Amino acid sequence: MSDEQGSSILPAQFEDLEPFSTWSLATEAERYGKRIASSMEEVQAFYDAAFPRTEEAISYIDQFDFAALPEDATRLLWLYYSLMTASFPVEVWRQTRVPDSGASSFDCVVEPAL
Amino acid sequence: MAHFKKPAEGSWTEHYPELGTGPISYEDSISPEHYELERKAIFRRTWLNVGRVEQIPRVGSYFTRELDAAGTSVIIVRGPDKEVRAYQNMCRHRGNKLVWNEYPQEETSGTCRQFTCKYHGWRYSLDGDLTFVQQESEFFDLDKADYGLVVVRVDVWEGFIFVNLDTEDATPLREYMGGLGAGIEGYPFEKFTQVHKFRAEVGSNWKLFIDAFAEFYHAPILHAKQAVAEESQEIAKYGFEALAYEIDGPHGMVSSWGGMAPPKDLNAVKPIERVLRSGLFGPWDRPIDVDLPPGVNPARSPVWGIDSFVFFPNFMLLLWAPNWYLTYHYWPTSYNTHIFEGTLYFVPPKNARERLGQELAAVTFKEFALQDGNTLEATQTMLETRAVTEFPLNDQEILLRHLHKTARDYVSAYQQGQSSITPVRVSAAS
Repeated sequence: MSDEQGSSILPAQFEDLEPFSTWSLATEAERYGKRIASSMEEVQAFYDAAFPRTEEAISYIDQFDFAALPEDATRLLWLYYSLMTASFPVEVWRQTRVPDSGASSFDCVVEPAL
Repeated sequence: MAHFKKPAEGSWTEHYPELGTGPISYEDSISPEHYELERKAIFRRTWLNVGRVEQIPRVGSYFTRELDAAGTSVIIVRGPDKEVRAYQNMCRHRGNKLVWNEYPQEETSGTCRQFTCKYHGWRYSLDGDLTFVQQESEFFDLDKADYGLVVVRVDVWEGFIFVNLDTEDATPLREYMGGLGAGIEGYPFEKFTQVHKFRAEVGSNWKLFIDAFAEFYHAPILHAKQAVAEESQEIAKYGFEALAYEIDGPHGMVSSWGGMAPPKDLNAVKPIERVLRSGLFGPWDRPIDVDLPPGVNPARSPVWGIDSFVFFPNFMLLLWAPNWYLTYHYWPTSYNTHIFEGTLYFVPPKNARERLGQELAAVTFKEFALQDGNTLEATQTMLETRAVTEFPLNDQEILLRHLHKTARDYVSAYQQGQSSITPVRVSAAS
Protein backbone atom coordinates (compact mmCIF):
# COMPACT_ATOMS: atom_id res chain seq x y z
CA MET A 1 0.00 0.00 0.00
CA SER A 2 1.05 3.64 0.10
CA ASP A 3 4.31 4.29 1.80
CA GLU A 4 3.60 6.82 4.51
CA GLN A 5 7.19 7.88 5.06
CA GLY A 6 6.38 11.56 5.29
CA SER A 7 8.19 12.27 2.04
CA SER A 8 5.98 14.49 -0.05
CA ILE A 9 5.95 14.14 -3.79
CA LEU A 10 3.50 16.91 -4.73
CA PRO A 11 4.03 20.68 -4.61
CA ALA A 12 3.62 22.04 -1.05
CA GLN A 13 0.45 23.89 -2.03
CA PHE A 14 -1.18 20.48 -2.64
CA GLU A 15 -0.05 18.86 0.59
CA ASP A 16 -3.63 17.81 1.38
CA LEU A 17 -3.57 15.57 -1.73
CA GLU A 18 -0.51 13.64 -0.48
CA PRO A 19 -2.69 10.80 0.90
CA PHE A 20 -3.72 10.21 -2.72
CA SER A 21 -0.21 10.40 -4.16
CA THR A 22 -0.40 6.73 -5.18
CA TRP A 23 -2.68 7.97 -7.97
CA SER A 24 0.25 9.92 -9.42
CA LEU A 25 1.13 7.45 -12.15
CA ALA A 26 3.01 8.03 -15.39
CA THR A 27 1.09 5.77 -17.76
CA GLU A 28 -2.53 5.25 -18.74
CA ALA A 29 -2.19 1.51 -18.09
CA GLU A 30 -1.12 2.16 -14.49
CA ARG A 31 -3.85 4.73 -13.93
CA TYR A 32 -6.64 2.55 -15.29
CA GLY A 33 -5.19 -0.44 -13.40
CA LYS A 34 -5.25 1.55 -10.16
CA ARG A 35 -8.86 2.52 -10.79
CA ILE A 36 -10.17 -1.00 -11.33
CA ALA A 37 -8.04 -2.39 -8.48
CA SER A 38 -9.54 0.16 -6.09
CA SER A 39 -12.82 -0.02 -4.22
CA MET A 40 -15.57 2.41 -5.13
CA GLU A 41 -15.00 4.11 -1.74
CA GLU A 42 -11.32 4.66 -2.54
CA VAL A 43 -12.07 6.11 -5.97
CA GLN A 44 -14.76 8.35 -4.48
CA ALA A 45 -12.39 9.62 -1.78
CA PHE A 46 -9.73 10.45 -4.38
CA TYR A 47 -12.29 12.21 -6.57
CA ASP A 48 -13.75 14.17 -3.66
CA ALA A 49 -10.31 15.43 -2.67
CA ALA A 50 -8.91 16.17 -6.14
CA PHE A 51 -11.88 17.32 -8.21
CA PRO A 52 -12.57 20.61 -6.34
CA ARG A 53 -8.94 21.60 -6.82
CA THR A 54 -8.71 20.96 -10.56
CA GLU A 55 -8.62 24.63 -11.57
CA GLU A 56 -6.06 25.41 -8.89
CA ALA A 57 -3.86 22.53 -10.04
CA ILE A 58 -4.04 23.60 -13.67
CA SER A 59 -3.14 27.18 -12.73
CA TYR A 60 -0.24 25.94 -10.65
CA ILE A 61 1.20 23.73 -13.41
CA ASP A 62 0.63 26.31 -16.09
CA GLN A 63 2.82 28.88 -14.35
CA PHE A 64 5.70 26.79 -15.70
CA ASP A 65 6.85 26.15 -19.25
CA PHE A 66 4.95 22.98 -20.20
CA ALA A 67 8.03 21.62 -21.98
CA ALA A 68 10.14 21.91 -18.80
CA LEU A 69 7.93 21.14 -15.81
CA PRO A 70 9.52 20.67 -12.36
CA GLU A 71 9.23 17.12 -11.06
CA ASP A 72 6.60 17.87 -8.45
CA ALA A 73 4.44 19.67 -11.01
CA THR A 74 4.79 16.66 -13.31
CA ARG A 75 3.63 14.37 -10.52
CA LEU A 76 0.67 16.64 -9.84
CA LEU A 77 -0.21 16.49 -13.53
CA TRP A 78 -0.03 12.66 -13.46
CA LEU A 79 -2.37 12.68 -10.47
CA TYR A 80 -4.85 14.74 -12.47
CA TYR A 81 -4.58 12.37 -15.43
CA SER A 82 -5.79 9.76 -12.94
CA LEU A 83 -8.71 11.99 -12.04
CA MET A 84 -9.83 11.83 -15.69
CA THR A 85 -10.21 8.05 -15.58
CA ALA A 86 -11.52 8.11 -11.98
CA SER A 87 -14.29 10.51 -12.99
CA PHE A 88 -16.18 7.75 -14.79
CA PRO A 89 -16.88 5.51 -11.79
CA VAL A 90 -17.87 8.51 -9.69
CA GLU A 91 -19.79 10.69 -12.14
CA VAL A 92 -21.39 8.03 -14.29
CA TRP A 93 -21.00 4.31 -13.65
CA ARG A 94 -21.24 3.95 -9.84
CA GLN A 95 -18.78 1.10 -10.23
CA THR A 96 -15.10 1.02 -11.06
CA ARG A 97 -15.38 -1.06 -14.24
CA VAL A 98 -17.18 0.02 -17.39
CA PRO A 99 -20.65 -1.64 -17.28
CA ASP A 100 -21.15 -4.47 -19.76
CA SER A 101 -17.47 -4.47 -20.64
CA GLY A 102 -16.95 -7.95 -19.22
CA ALA A 103 -13.46 -9.29 -19.74
CA SER A 104 -12.66 -7.01 -22.65
CA SER A 105 -9.67 -4.72 -22.37
CA PHE A 106 -8.51 -1.78 -24.42
CA ASP A 107 -4.87 -1.06 -23.85
CA CYS A 108 -3.08 2.20 -24.42
CA VAL A 109 -0.07 1.32 -26.57
CA VAL A 110 1.10 4.79 -27.58
CA GLU A 111 0.73 7.89 -25.40
CA PRO A 112 2.53 11.19 -25.06
CA ALA A 113 5.79 11.17 -23.08
CA LEU A 114 4.11 13.61 -20.70
CA MET B 1 -40.34 12.60 -39.34
CA ALA B 2 -37.06 13.30 -41.06
CA HIS B 3 -35.00 16.05 -39.51
CA PHE B 4 -32.47 16.16 -42.31
CA LYS B 5 -33.16 16.05 -46.03
CA LYS B 6 -32.75 12.72 -47.79
CA PRO B 7 -32.13 12.08 -51.52
CA ALA B 8 -35.01 12.33 -54.01
CA GLU B 9 -35.44 8.54 -53.99
CA GLY B 10 -36.75 8.86 -50.46
CA SER B 11 -33.85 7.19 -48.68
CA TRP B 12 -30.05 7.11 -48.70
CA THR B 13 -30.11 3.38 -49.40
CA GLU B 14 -32.36 3.63 -52.47
CA HIS B 15 -30.10 6.37 -53.80
CA TYR B 16 -27.65 3.50 -54.39
CA PRO B 17 -29.87 0.91 -56.09
CA GLU B 18 -27.27 -1.89 -56.15
CA LEU B 19 -27.47 -2.06 -52.37
CA GLY B 20 -31.08 -3.25 -52.26
CA THR B 21 -33.24 -2.81 -49.19
CA GLY B 22 -33.90 -6.40 -48.14
CA PRO B 23 -32.67 -8.21 -45.06
CA ILE B 24 -29.01 -9.27 -45.15
CA SER B 25 -27.11 -12.36 -44.08
CA TYR B 26 -24.02 -12.24 -41.88
CA GLU B 27 -22.79 -15.60 -43.12
CA ASP B 28 -19.79 -13.64 -44.38
CA SER B 29 -18.92 -12.92 -40.74
CA ILE B 30 -19.37 -16.37 -39.22
CA SER B 31 -17.90 -18.67 -41.84
CA PRO B 32 -14.24 -19.77 -41.48
CA GLU B 33 -14.24 -20.71 -45.18
CA HIS B 34 -15.42 -17.25 -46.22
CA TYR B 35 -12.73 -15.67 -44.08
CA GLU B 36 -10.03 -17.70 -45.82
CA LEU B 37 -11.33 -16.35 -49.12
CA GLU B 38 -11.35 -12.79 -47.75
CA ARG B 39 -7.69 -13.12 -46.81
CA LYS B 40 -6.76 -13.79 -50.43
CA ALA B 41 -9.41 -11.71 -52.15
CA ILE B 42 -9.22 -8.64 -49.91
CA PHE B 43 -6.25 -8.48 -47.56
CA ARG B 44 -3.71 -9.60 -50.12
CA ARG B 45 -5.18 -7.43 -52.87
CA THR B 46 -6.10 -4.02 -51.51
CA TRP B 47 -4.23 -1.05 -50.10
CA LEU B 48 -3.83 -1.43 -46.33
CA ASN B 49 -3.01 1.55 -44.13
CA VAL B 50 -0.17 0.51 -41.83
CA GLY B 51 0.76 3.82 -40.23
CA ARG B 52 1.74 7.44 -40.72
CA VAL B 53 4.87 9.15 -41.95
CA GLU B 54 5.43 10.78 -38.53
CA GLN B 55 6.29 7.31 -37.19
CA ILE B 56 9.43 7.24 -39.34
CA PRO B 57 10.77 10.80 -39.16
CA ARG B 58 14.41 10.10 -40.06
CA VAL B 59 16.44 8.02 -42.49
CA GLY B 60 16.60 4.56 -40.92
CA SER B 61 13.43 4.98 -38.81
CA TYR B 62 11.38 1.82 -39.19
CA PHE B 63 8.47 -0.13 -37.81
CA THR B 64 7.10 -3.60 -38.45
CA ARG B 65 3.47 -4.63 -38.94
CA GLU B 66 2.06 -8.08 -38.43
CA LEU B 67 -0.53 -8.55 -41.18
CA ASP B 68 -2.04 -11.80 -40.05
CA ALA B 69 -4.95 -11.62 -42.48
CA ALA B 70 -2.55 -11.19 -45.38
CA GLY B 71 -0.34 -13.90 -43.94
CA THR B 72 2.80 -11.87 -43.58
CA SER B 73 4.90 -9.38 -41.65
CA VAL B 74 6.28 -6.24 -43.27
CA ILE B 75 9.02 -3.72 -42.49
CA ILE B 76 8.32 -0.05 -43.21
CA VAL B 77 11.44 2.10 -43.30
CA ARG B 78 12.55 5.53 -44.42
CA GLY B 79 15.29 4.95 -46.95
CA PRO B 80 18.53 6.87 -47.56
CA ASP B 81 16.70 9.05 -50.10
CA LYS B 82 14.06 9.79 -47.40
CA GLU B 83 11.42 7.87 -49.35
CA VAL B 84 9.22 5.33 -47.55
CA ARG B 85 10.06 1.70 -48.37
CA ALA B 86 8.38 -1.57 -47.47
CA TYR B 87 9.83 -5.08 -47.44
CA GLN B 88 8.75 -8.54 -46.52
CA ASN B 89 10.13 -9.02 -43.02
CA MET B 90 12.12 -12.07 -44.01
CA CYS B 91 15.78 -12.94 -44.36
CA ARG B 92 16.68 -14.33 -47.78
CA HIS B 93 19.01 -16.94 -46.30
CA ARG B 94 16.75 -19.40 -44.53
CA GLY B 95 13.59 -17.41 -44.00
CA ASN B 96 14.04 -16.13 -40.48
CA LYS B 97 11.93 -13.13 -39.52
CA LEU B 98 14.41 -10.30 -39.98
CA VAL B 99 13.25 -7.56 -37.59
CA TRP B 100 11.77 -8.40 -34.19
CA ASN B 101 12.51 -8.01 -30.49
CA GLU B 102 12.11 -10.61 -27.77
CA TYR B 103 8.81 -11.94 -29.14
CA PRO B 104 8.72 -12.79 -32.86
CA GLN B 105 4.96 -12.17 -33.11
CA GLU B 106 5.08 -8.66 -31.66
CA GLU B 107 5.49 -5.51 -33.69
CA THR B 108 8.51 -3.35 -33.10
CA SER B 109 9.99 -0.01 -34.15
CA GLY B 110 13.24 1.91 -33.96
CA THR B 111 16.02 3.45 -35.98
CA CYS B 112 18.92 1.64 -37.62
CA ARG B 113 21.60 1.97 -40.28
CA GLN B 114 20.99 -1.49 -41.68
CA PHE B 115 19.00 -4.64 -40.91
CA THR B 116 20.93 -7.58 -39.45
CA CYS B 117 19.43 -11.03 -39.21
CA LYS B 118 19.62 -12.50 -35.71
CA TYR B 119 20.22 -15.97 -37.10
CA HIS B 120 23.40 -15.89 -39.21
CA GLY B 121 24.18 -12.21 -39.32
CA TRP B 122 23.22 -11.46 -42.92
CA ARG B 123 22.94 -7.71 -43.37
CA TYR B 124 20.70 -5.62 -45.60
CA SER B 125 20.91 -1.92 -46.40
CA LEU B 126 17.91 0.38 -45.92
CA ASP B 127 17.53 0.07 -49.70
CA GLY B 128 16.95 -3.65 -49.20
CA ASP B 129 20.24 -4.76 -50.75
CA LEU B 130 22.03 -7.74 -49.26
CA THR B 131 25.35 -6.20 -48.16
CA PHE B 132 26.99 -8.87 -46.00
CA VAL B 133 26.97 -12.65 -45.90
CA GLN B 134 28.69 -14.41 -43.04
CA GLN B 135 31.41 -16.74 -44.47
CA GLU B 136 30.38 -15.81 -47.96
CA SER B 137 33.07 -18.03 -49.50
CA GLU B 138 31.32 -21.13 -48.11
CA PHE B 139 28.37 -20.56 -50.45
CA PHE B 140 28.15 -21.75 -54.02
CA ASP B 141 27.99 -19.10 -56.72
CA LEU B 142 26.05 -16.77 -54.46
CA ASP B 143 25.54 -13.36 -56.02
CA LYS B 144 24.40 -10.96 -53.31
CA ALA B 145 22.57 -8.91 -55.94
CA ASP B 146 20.09 -11.79 -56.26
CA TYR B 147 19.20 -11.85 -52.58
CA GLY B 148 17.89 -8.43 -51.63
CA LEU B 149 14.83 -8.07 -49.41
CA VAL B 150 11.53 -8.72 -51.16
CA VAL B 151 9.98 -5.35 -51.92
CA VAL B 152 6.35 -4.71 -50.97
CA ARG B 153 4.38 -2.05 -52.81
CA VAL B 154 4.08 1.00 -50.61
CA ASP B 155 2.65 4.46 -51.17
CA VAL B 156 1.70 7.47 -49.11
CA TRP B 157 -1.59 9.35 -49.20
CA GLU B 158 -1.85 12.52 -47.10
CA GLY B 159 0.84 11.19 -44.78
CA PHE B 160 -0.84 7.79 -44.36
CA ILE B 161 1.42 4.89 -45.35
CA PHE B 162 -0.26 2.04 -47.24
CA VAL B 163 1.06 -1.28 -48.45
CA ASN B 164 -0.42 -3.57 -51.08
CA LEU B 165 0.62 -7.21 -51.22
CA ASP B 166 -0.85 -7.73 -54.66
CA THR B 167 2.00 -8.23 -57.08
CA GLU B 168 -0.21 -7.91 -60.14
CA ASP B 169 -2.84 -5.22 -59.68
CA ALA B 170 -1.45 -1.79 -60.39
CA THR B 171 -4.25 0.46 -59.20
CA PRO B 172 -2.33 3.43 -57.78
CA LEU B 173 -3.16 4.31 -54.18
CA ARG B 174 -4.59 7.74 -54.98
CA GLU B 175 -6.90 6.23 -57.55
CA TYR B 176 -7.91 3.54 -55.07
CA MET B 177 -8.86 6.20 -52.49
CA GLY B 178 -11.33 7.53 -55.04
CA GLY B 179 -13.56 10.56 -54.81
CA LEU B 180 -13.96 10.36 -51.05
CA GLY B 181 -10.21 10.36 -50.59
CA ALA B 182 -9.72 13.19 -53.05
CA GLY B 183 -12.36 15.23 -51.24
CA ILE B 184 -10.37 15.37 -48.02
CA GLU B 185 -6.92 15.89 -49.50
CA GLY B 186 -5.40 19.02 -47.99
CA TYR B 187 -6.68 18.41 -44.47
CA PRO B 188 -3.68 19.35 -42.27
CA PHE B 189 -3.10 15.86 -40.87
CA GLU B 190 0.58 16.71 -40.34
CA LYS B 191 -0.31 19.22 -37.63
CA PHE B 192 -1.92 16.58 -35.41
CA THR B 193 1.14 14.87 -33.99
CA GLN B 194 0.05 14.28 -30.38
CA VAL B 195 -0.93 10.61 -30.46
CA HIS B 196 -2.90 8.38 -28.09
CA LYS B 197 -3.28 4.86 -29.46
CA PHE B 198 -5.37 2.06 -27.99
CA ARG B 199 -5.46 -1.59 -28.96
CA ALA B 200 -7.89 -4.39 -28.17
CA GLU B 201 -8.35 -7.99 -29.10
CA VAL B 202 -12.00 -8.27 -30.03
CA GLY B 203 -13.94 -11.52 -30.23
CA SER B 204 -15.81 -10.73 -33.41
CA ASN B 205 -15.41 -10.76 -37.15
CA TRP B 206 -13.64 -7.60 -38.33
CA LYS B 207 -16.62 -6.39 -40.36
CA LEU B 208 -18.97 -6.55 -37.40
CA PHE B 209 -16.87 -4.04 -35.48
CA ILE B 210 -16.71 -1.73 -38.50
CA ASP B 211 -20.50 -2.06 -38.53
CA ALA B 212 -20.59 -0.85 -34.94
CA PHE B 213 -18.66 2.30 -35.78
CA ALA B 214 -20.21 2.90 -39.19
CA GLU B 215 -23.63 3.68 -37.76
CA PHE B 216 -24.62 6.05 -34.99
CA TYR B 217 -28.09 4.52 -34.65
CA HIS B 218 -26.81 2.61 -31.58
CA ALA B 219 -25.33 5.59 -29.79
CA PRO B 220 -28.41 6.94 -28.01
CA ILE B 221 -29.14 3.48 -26.57
CA LEU B 222 -25.88 1.60 -25.92
CA HIS B 223 -24.13 4.64 -24.51
CA ALA B 224 -27.15 6.05 -22.67
CA LYS B 225 -25.49 5.70 -19.28
CA GLN B 226 -22.62 7.92 -20.31
CA ALA B 227 -24.80 11.00 -20.44
CA VAL B 228 -26.69 12.36 -17.46
CA ALA B 229 -30.22 10.92 -17.16
CA GLU B 230 -32.33 13.74 -18.61
CA GLU B 231 -29.99 14.14 -21.55
CA SER B 232 -30.13 10.36 -22.19
CA GLN B 233 -33.92 10.40 -22.46
CA GLU B 234 -33.82 13.40 -24.75
CA ILE B 235 -31.23 11.75 -27.00
CA ALA B 236 -33.13 8.45 -27.13
CA LYS B 237 -36.38 10.19 -28.09
CA TYR B 238 -34.65 12.06 -30.89
CA GLY B 239 -32.80 9.00 -32.15
CA PHE B 240 -30.18 9.42 -34.82
CA GLU B 241 -30.27 10.79 -38.32
CA ALA B 242 -27.14 11.61 -40.29
CA LEU B 243 -26.67 14.79 -42.26
CA ALA B 244 -25.49 12.84 -45.28
CA TYR B 245 -24.09 9.57 -46.57
CA GLU B 246 -21.86 9.08 -49.59
CA ILE B 247 -20.67 5.91 -51.23
CA ASP B 248 -17.92 5.77 -53.84
CA GLY B 249 -16.68 2.40 -55.07
CA PRO B 250 -15.63 0.29 -52.09
CA HIS B 251 -15.55 3.28 -49.72
CA GLY B 252 -18.28 5.14 -47.85
CA MET B 253 -18.79 8.00 -45.43
CA VAL B 254 -21.33 9.37 -42.99
CA SER B 255 -21.58 13.01 -42.01
CA SER B 256 -23.17 13.80 -38.68
CA TRP B 257 -24.33 16.70 -36.58
CA GLY B 258 -22.26 17.92 -33.73
CA GLY B 259 -23.15 16.40 -30.40
CA MET B 260 -21.67 18.35 -27.57
CA ALA B 261 -18.74 20.50 -28.48
CA PRO B 262 -19.57 22.67 -26.65
CA PRO B 263 -22.91 21.43 -25.31
CA LYS B 264 -25.87 23.75 -25.50
CA ASP B 265 -26.75 22.84 -21.93
CA LEU B 266 -23.72 22.57 -19.66
CA ASN B 267 -25.75 20.59 -17.13
CA ALA B 268 -26.07 17.84 -19.72
CA VAL B 269 -22.43 16.78 -19.41
CA LYS B 270 -20.26 15.30 -16.68
CA PRO B 271 -18.83 17.72 -14.11
CA ILE B 272 -15.25 16.96 -15.17
CA GLU B 273 -16.18 17.82 -18.77
CA ARG B 274 -17.45 21.22 -17.68
CA VAL B 275 -14.15 21.94 -15.93
CA LEU B 276 -11.89 20.65 -18.71
CA ARG B 277 -14.15 21.75 -21.59
CA SER B 278 -13.66 18.39 -23.29
CA GLY B 279 -15.31 15.01 -23.70
CA LEU B 280 -16.03 12.28 -26.22
CA PHE B 281 -16.24 14.80 -29.02
CA GLY B 282 -12.81 16.12 -28.14
CA PRO B 283 -11.72 19.39 -26.57
CA TRP B 284 -14.45 21.98 -27.22
CA ASP B 285 -12.07 24.80 -28.03
CA ARG B 286 -10.42 24.55 -31.41
CA PRO B 287 -6.62 24.58 -31.06
CA ILE B 288 -6.06 25.82 -34.61
CA ASP B 289 -8.15 27.03 -37.51
CA VAL B 290 -8.56 24.54 -40.33
CA ASP B 291 -9.75 25.28 -43.85
CA LEU B 292 -11.88 22.21 -44.40
CA PRO B 293 -11.43 20.52 -47.78
CA PRO B 294 -14.55 20.29 -49.97
CA GLY B 295 -15.23 16.64 -49.12
CA VAL B 296 -15.79 17.44 -45.44
CA ASN B 297 -19.32 18.28 -44.28
CA PRO B 298 -20.75 17.59 -47.75
CA ALA B 299 -24.23 18.78 -46.68
CA ARG B 300 -22.68 22.13 -45.69
CA SER B 301 -24.66 21.91 -42.46
CA PRO B 302 -24.17 24.57 -39.81
CA VAL B 303 -24.65 21.92 -37.11
CA TRP B 304 -21.98 19.63 -38.58
CA GLY B 305 -19.86 17.79 -36.00
CA ILE B 306 -18.07 14.81 -37.52
CA ASP B 307 -17.38 13.01 -40.77
CA SER B 308 -16.61 9.34 -40.58
CA PHE B 309 -14.96 7.70 -43.61
CA VAL B 310 -14.83 3.95 -44.15
CA PHE B 311 -11.93 3.22 -46.51
CA PHE B 312 -12.19 -0.40 -47.58
CA PRO B 313 -11.22 -2.74 -46.26
CA ASN B 314 -10.29 -1.86 -42.68
CA PHE B 315 -9.39 1.81 -42.25
CA MET B 316 -11.74 4.41 -40.80
CA LEU B 317 -10.91 8.09 -40.57
CA LEU B 318 -12.99 10.44 -38.41
CA LEU B 319 -12.64 14.20 -38.74
CA TRP B 320 -14.16 16.18 -35.86
CA ALA B 321 -15.47 19.74 -35.94
CA PRO B 322 -13.30 20.84 -32.96
CA ASN B 323 -10.26 20.07 -35.13
CA TRP B 324 -8.76 16.74 -34.23
CA TYR B 325 -8.98 13.37 -35.90
CA LEU B 326 -9.31 9.73 -35.05
CA THR B 327 -8.49 6.53 -36.93
CA TYR B 328 -9.79 3.00 -36.51
CA HIS B 329 -8.14 -0.12 -37.89
CA TYR B 330 -9.48 -3.65 -37.79
CA TRP B 331 -6.89 -6.40 -38.31
CA PRO B 332 -8.45 -9.85 -38.62
CA THR B 333 -6.74 -12.73 -36.83
CA SER B 334 -9.43 -15.36 -37.59
CA TYR B 335 -13.01 -15.42 -38.83
CA ASN B 336 -14.28 -14.43 -35.37
CA THR B 337 -11.41 -12.44 -33.86
CA HIS B 338 -9.54 -9.31 -34.77
CA ILE B 339 -7.27 -6.65 -33.33
CA PHE B 340 -8.87 -3.24 -33.10
CA GLU B 341 -6.75 -0.10 -33.00
CA GLY B 342 -8.16 3.32 -32.16
CA THR B 343 -5.78 6.25 -32.47
CA LEU B 344 -6.49 9.86 -31.47
CA TYR B 345 -4.49 12.65 -33.09
CA PHE B 346 -4.39 16.10 -31.48
CA VAL B 347 -2.46 19.30 -32.00
CA PRO B 348 0.39 19.15 -29.42
CA PRO B 349 -0.86 20.84 -26.23
CA LYS B 350 0.73 24.10 -25.16
CA ASN B 351 -0.06 23.70 -21.48
CA ALA B 352 -1.55 21.46 -18.79
CA ARG B 353 -5.10 22.65 -19.44
CA GLU B 354 -4.98 21.54 -23.07
CA ARG B 355 -3.18 18.32 -22.19
CA LEU B 356 -5.77 17.38 -19.57
CA GLY B 357 -8.57 18.09 -22.04
CA GLN B 358 -6.93 15.67 -24.48
CA GLU B 359 -6.45 13.06 -21.75
CA LEU B 360 -10.15 13.30 -20.90
CA ALA B 361 -11.10 12.86 -24.57
CA ALA B 362 -8.78 9.84 -24.85
CA VAL B 363 -10.03 8.03 -21.75
CA THR B 364 -13.64 8.82 -22.65
CA PHE B 365 -13.05 7.19 -26.01
CA LYS B 366 -11.72 4.15 -24.16
CA GLU B 367 -14.85 3.90 -21.99
CA PHE B 368 -17.08 3.87 -25.09
CA ALA B 369 -14.91 1.41 -26.98
CA LEU B 370 -14.94 -1.02 -24.04
CA GLN B 371 -18.72 -1.09 -24.22
CA ASP B 372 -18.74 -1.46 -28.00
CA GLY B 373 -16.17 -4.28 -28.03
CA ASN B 374 -17.96 -6.44 -25.53
CA THR B 375 -21.31 -5.97 -27.27
CA LEU B 376 -19.73 -7.27 -30.46
CA GLU B 377 -18.53 -10.45 -28.83
CA ALA B 378 -22.13 -11.08 -27.80
CA THR B 379 -23.28 -10.45 -31.37
CA GLN B 380 -20.70 -12.81 -32.84
CA THR B 381 -21.60 -15.72 -30.58
CA MET B 382 -25.30 -15.40 -31.30
CA LEU B 383 -24.83 -15.02 -35.07
CA GLU B 384 -22.80 -18.22 -35.01
CA THR B 385 -25.79 -20.12 -33.63
CA ARG B 386 -27.50 -19.44 -37.00
CA ALA B 387 -30.80 -19.50 -35.09
CA VAL B 388 -31.65 -16.49 -37.25
CA THR B 389 -29.99 -15.97 -40.62
CA GLU B 390 -31.50 -12.82 -42.10
CA PHE B 391 -31.49 -9.40 -40.53
CA PRO B 392 -33.10 -6.07 -41.45
CA LEU B 393 -31.02 -2.93 -41.82
CA ASN B 394 -32.47 0.57 -41.69
CA ASP B 395 -31.52 3.56 -43.79
CA GLN B 396 -29.09 4.84 -41.14
CA GLU B 397 -27.23 1.54 -41.49
CA ILE B 398 -26.49 1.97 -45.19
CA LEU B 399 -22.73 1.77 -44.70
CA LEU B 400 -23.08 -1.71 -43.16
CA ARG B 401 -25.10 -2.90 -46.13
CA HIS B 402 -22.43 -1.46 -48.40
CA LEU B 403 -19.47 -2.91 -46.47
CA HIS B 404 -20.79 -6.48 -46.47
CA LYS B 405 -21.77 -6.24 -50.13
CA THR B 406 -18.33 -4.92 -51.04
CA ALA B 407 -16.55 -7.67 -49.11
CA ARG B 408 -18.76 -10.32 -50.74
CA ASP B 409 -18.17 -8.79 -54.18
CA TYR B 410 -14.38 -8.93 -53.73
CA VAL B 411 -14.65 -12.59 -52.79
CA SER B 412 -16.93 -13.33 -55.75
CA ALA B 413 -14.59 -11.56 -58.15
CA TYR B 414 -11.68 -13.54 -56.74
CA GLN B 415 -13.58 -16.82 -57.05
CA GLN B 416 -14.42 -16.04 -60.65
CA GLY B 417 -10.70 -15.81 -61.25
CA GLN B 418 -10.70 -12.23 -62.36
CA SER B 419 -7.21 -10.87 -62.20
CA SER B 420 -8.33 -7.27 -61.75
CA ILE B 421 -10.16 -6.44 -58.56
CA THR B 422 -12.95 -4.36 -59.87
CA PRO B 423 -16.17 -5.63 -58.38
CA VAL B 424 -19.33 -3.84 -59.41
CA ARG B 425 -18.84 -0.22 -58.46
CA VAL B 426 -21.64 1.05 -56.31
CA SER B 427 -22.69 4.40 -57.62
CA ALA B 428 -25.55 6.78 -57.08
CA ALA B 429 -28.72 6.50 -59.12
CA SER B 430 -28.70 9.05 -61.91
